[in-house]
Amino acid sequence: MVDAAIVKQLKELVGVQNVFDNKADRVTYAYDAAVLEPQLPAVVVRPENSEVLGRVVAFCNQERLSMTVRGAGTNLSGGTIPQQGGVVLLTNGLNRILEINSEDMYAVVQPGVITAQLAAAVEAKGLFYPPDPGSQAVSTLGGNVAENAGGLRGLKYGVTADYVMGLRFYDVEGNLIKTGSRTVKCATGYNLKALMIGSEGTLGVLDEITLKLIPPPRARKSMMAVFDQMERASQTVAAIIAQHIVPATLEFLDNFTIRAVEDFSHAGLPVEAAAILLVEVDGHPGQVAEESEQVEAILKQMGAKDIQVARDDAQRDRIWAARRSALSALAKLKPTVVLEDATVPRSKIPAMVHALQDIARRFDLAIGTFGHAGDGNLHPTILTDKRDKVEWKRVEAAIEAIFDEALALGGTLSGEHGTGLAKAGFLKKETGQGAILLSRRIKSALDPHRILNPGKIIGD
Amino acid sequence: MADMHALVRLMREVEDQLASCMRCGMCQSVCPLYAQTGREADVARGKLALLDGLLREMFDRPDSVRERLDRCLLCGSCQAGCPSGVRVMDIFIKARAILAGFSGLPFSQKMIFKGMLAHPALFDQLTFWSSRFQKLLTRPVNEMLGTSCARVMSPFIGDRHFKPLADHPFHHEVPFMDTPAGRSGRKVAFFVGCLLDKIFPKVAGDVVTVLEKAGVGLLIPQGQACCGIPALSAGDTQTFQKLLRHNLERFPVDDFDCLVTACATCTSTIKKLWPLMAEKEDAGTRRRVARIAEKTLDISQFLIDERLLPDVLSGGHAVDPTEVTYHDPCHLKKSLGVSAQPRALLNLIGGIRFVEMEGADQCCGMGGSFNIKYYDISREIGERKRRAIQASRCSVVATSCPACMMQISDVLSRGGDPVRVRHVIELLAECWKDNDDYPSAH
Repeated sequence: MVDAAIVKQLKELVGVQNVFDNKADRVTYAYDAAVLEPQLPAVVVRPENSEVLGRVVAFCNQERLSMTVRGAGTNLSGGTIPQQGGVVLLTNGLNRILEINSEDMYAVVQPGVITAQLAAAVEAKGLFYPPDPGSQAVSTLGGNVAENAGGLRGLKYGVTADYVMGLRFYDVEGNLIKTGSRTVKCATGYNLKALMIGSEGTLGVLDEITLKLIPPPRARKSMMAVFDQMERASQTVAAIIAQHIVPATLEFLDNFTIRAVEDFSHAGLPVEAAAILLVEVDGHPGQVAEESEQVEAILKQMGAKDIQVARDDAQRDRIWAARRSALSALAKLKPTVVLEDATVPRSKIPAMVHALQDIARRFDLAIGTFGHAGDGNLHPTILTDKRDKVEWKRVEAAIEAIFDEALALGGTLSGEHGTGLAKAGFLKKETGQGAILLSRRIKSALDPHRILNPGKIIGD
Repeated sequence: MADMHALVRLMREVEDQLASCMRCGMCQSVCPLYAQTGREADVARGKLALLDGLLREMFDRPDSVRERLDRCLLCGSCQAGCPSGVRVMDIFIKARAILAGFSGLPFSQKMIFKGMLAHPALFDQLTFWSSRFQKLLTRPVNEMLGTSCARVMSPFIGDRHFKPLADHPFHHEVPFMDTPAGRSGRKVAFFVGCLLDKIFPKVAGDVVTVLEKAGVGLLIPQGQACCGIPALSAGDTQTFQKLLRHNLERFPVDDFDCLVTACATCTSTIKKLWPLMAEKEDAGTRRRVARIAEKTLDISQFLIDERLLPDVLSGGHAVDPTEVTYHDPCHLKKSLGVSAQPRALLNLIGGIRFVEMEGADQCCGMGGSFNIKYYDISREIGERKRRAIQASRCSVVATSCPACMMQISDVLSRGGDPVRVRHVIELLAECWKDNDDYPSAH
């Protein structure tokens, strides 16, 4: 229990200015971007260096205080919603880029560094950090690692996990643990780094992250294809992949989303189109020329009604503006936005899209679907008003139906948003009880008093 | 204990708007205050959650929420970039009014708003007499920027380098004006605003010069009042309503084609907040407010959009042009989407080479009374702007808002930077004076 004595000791640890225990401040750390009930923490602390971070972790363990690490609080599965009466540990006091090494192509960062700021710093040195989650303008790299965040470039460039070379983290007792390396290859010890990635702050607390950087692509080409049949569009995604072409991004917008975007931005999108595909190929100029021709040919062959190829950066921006504004255009329609990320093998995209339309009809809900069709990660977005209790029941049922459908197609509950609280209850459906029991054994070995972000992923 | 049920009933007015925030947190990337403090209570999402907390009756007293709600520049960066289109400014202004109505105003604000600002003639008198006495207490500190600082330690002034009250306010020079539409066929009313009247009368004079040269008829009514933003941001709706009615009487909406100001904050207040706060007025007043709001625009916007300037203005030294950068006032760019016109205007002036600074639209940190209440943070935000101005290597920074001019003058003056702070209209007027035969509107 957090009492005055605990608060006093925390103030001694991190400094008075870095402890927030006024209720009004605590209320602002009770939520994240998931549509879940806020939980009021008892105290919020902000360590400003690595050593203090370790001491706070050890202190919380010693006092049996549940502790939730929070970056930007943009989590979509409730991973940063604290336990009622627990401690919130902010990482934005640990926001330095420690090193960008151009020779060996890696960067070392503290967990509170903002994703887009690292991407910009790396770009200024002529290198490239590809993971680009939708919240990258505010999300932190610590959060990206803890959630194994993805983004638009997942198809070709992979997700955050593919760029983590090494980690330094505090175990629950406050011991500093090193895993991985600055080398391209590293074959020593258990792969603790892999265990930490996507562990949502339930196994340890990140202190330093070493990230792989790559040379940026020298050329890129974007195109937009309009389809008057949903099936055609989703089959085209499968066809492009079947030709073994791997675009950097291959995105999809359904008719509902197209209309929302057009109403919002008046960009001249074809509102009668059933679906739009947005494709970007990148790489060596020769390869880009060849692949973009191939993609164009496939688009024609699959019956795209209209194909626009960007001739310059301005046209490219126009093409991508539609995708970038998809979520905000949808979000403006209703107060509550439930953004799902169930993911299927990409050959199953046509079936999944079909199922989503069926679910929208069955539960009488407004669902706009857009997303990373190329990697099978669609974002069915349910628009509702949480205050409408009757409709909310249908929303919950629809979410479960989406999960069931994705699993039936051999997919997963979450491509990039994490399990958190929102999906913890459904995890068994995907992994079976065995994986959950093993996970709980790992959890109790690493966090015997269950203070690290309790309730997330594997439940209580 | 405060009657929180009563407060909750009042708060219902903003409940629907509050529900539209999806807590995505994208406002963190644009909030100038959050960039300095990293505290969630400082960013829009946190403040909206606090108001939501009030509605859910999570608090016994509203004070701690009100305090955090007041800690905001009202720059509107969050609203301009909000993916859900949450009308953050409307919510904040209404909530401030509700909370002030519920808990009352602090004594000092009551004195200033109800005792002074609400009575424009008295306000003019008081500020005029203050201008007589200020020299006893303050001394000039930077000739180029025209700033002063305190002569002796003063809790009110601190170590600010402020722009002093002018010896003679604009309304002494030009108490009234009513000229017919000239060659342009346009007649505009000029809403001077407090800062232009009392601190930057030269800019106000330049507005008149420029409009006259452009062949525009002018209406400058006598006894104009404040636009009301200081009262409104403190939640004092009574004073605001008084000022609104006073101004509506002074500006008969049928007598002019447009209402121009050279103050971004006045423009934005008249266009956005007058209609918002007139919701409870009678139908006739609402109509008048709506029509005035529709006719209101920034001076650069008026001159450029109405094509009242020739393509190239000569003047200055074409060989060795003055490098000028531009700071976007939040209330012009983020609130009204006006950013191209002031730049277009600068680009028309011969002898000037326009240089874009990094983060031109990042808030300068002034935020009206925010600067008075939270001077340290305001100054830190201002320092970021100062660094951007330095990096542009320009000798002049132009802008379109007298409040921004005060803040930027303060940070530059304290840093001792050799950079002048000018209103775009000053630069235009100067170029004009150099060229008396310059052809006006075509």
